[in-house]
Amino acid sequence: MEWFKADLHTHTVLSPCGSLDMSPVKIVEAALNKGIQLLGISDHNSTLQCEEIVKVAQKKGLAIVCGAEVTTREEVHCLAFFENFEILALFQAYLDAYLPNIKNDEEKFGDQVWVNEAEEILGQEDRLLLSAIDQSIDEVEIKVHELGGLFILAHVDRKSFSIYSQLGFVPLSLNIDAIELSDNVDYEAFVQRHSELKNYTVIRCSDAHYPDKVGTSYSLVKMELPTFAELKKAFAKQDGRDVLSKW
Amino acid sequence: MKVSAIIEKLNLTVFGGHQGLDREVEGGYTSDLLSDVMGHADEGQIWITLQTHRNIMAVASLKDLAAIVVVKGFVPDEGTIQQSNDEGLPLLGSNSEAFELSGQLYELLKK
Repeated sequence: MEWFKADLHTHTVLSPCGSLDMSPVKIVEAALNKGIQLLGISDHNSTLQCEEIVKVAQKKGLAIVCGAEVTTREEVHCLAFFENFEILALFQAYLDAYLPNIKNDEEKFGDQVWVNEAEEILGQEDRLLLSAIDQSIDEVEIKVHELGGLFILAHVDRKSFSIYSQLGFVPLSLNIDAIELSDNVDYEAFVQRHSELKNYTVIRCSDAHYPDKVGTSYSLVKMELPTFAELKKAFAKQDGRDVLSKW
Repeated sequence: MKVSAIIEKLNLTVFGGHQGLDREVEGGYTSDLLSDVMGHADEGQIWITLQTHRNIMAVASLKDLAAIVVVKGFVPDEGTIQQSNDEGLPLLGSNSEAFELSGQLYELLKK
């Protein structure tokens, strides 16, 4: 087994807030330059840029896990990742069914397009991806796990769009695979304030919206190979696998 | 003023927590961020929110609030209603929006 550098929270050009520079080629280059070996793609409420990134990354030898950063009805941000494109398409259908029909204003929020290796536009999402989907956090968690996915509470330490800002505390009924802590937060101090978090796997991610940020924060994951299946085992600390980010 | 009187005057629905309808109301607080309510709501207030997640009951109970009113005709999740009954803390509903309901409650309580 080996330790892999994993940055599991990255936005692309598809997120309205993501830089137009966040094309598949530039993201993959940026990740490799920083020594990242497993990159998570997590646009707001959409998975539609993932496949093109995987195509580019495969040629360059970078492993990708595909998913999204979901905004629940309570406006809590959660990361969700899935094993393959078939399952990802099922989750995309779920997002499509519950994303409200509020139009994006490109001038105010930014473009929502997905592109190929040559940076040609393949499609555009007309609905604003920053909206909350019409599903509770419990419903999202259940859906993600029905599809065999990983469910992660994003940036739990932040003052907005986090489980604490929106819901005050972590509901006991929620089945959580990992929590994401911002890089500047001290793990020991944080779990002292929120002791209910001390048993969860912690990850650190860049939450990059532009290329220079990709890979600036990461976790070390001990596993056989940088794949979704191995990551899932590592989150569960199965058979000697581990995640290191408690600094 | 008791919770039951406010229900009558503001035409509220009772989803749960009937045992608590004679609680005394000291004021109101309107917010949708549970972290904010945990930090700033006071004992005996009625809390006006659009959140329906079960965590609202825990927060109301922690702060010893008089009742919760869920606005815009939203129906609380089943677990939320269950917990309201378990704790005897009234979970109410209104078809009004938070702005209107807050205004009406303010008028009622300032007298």
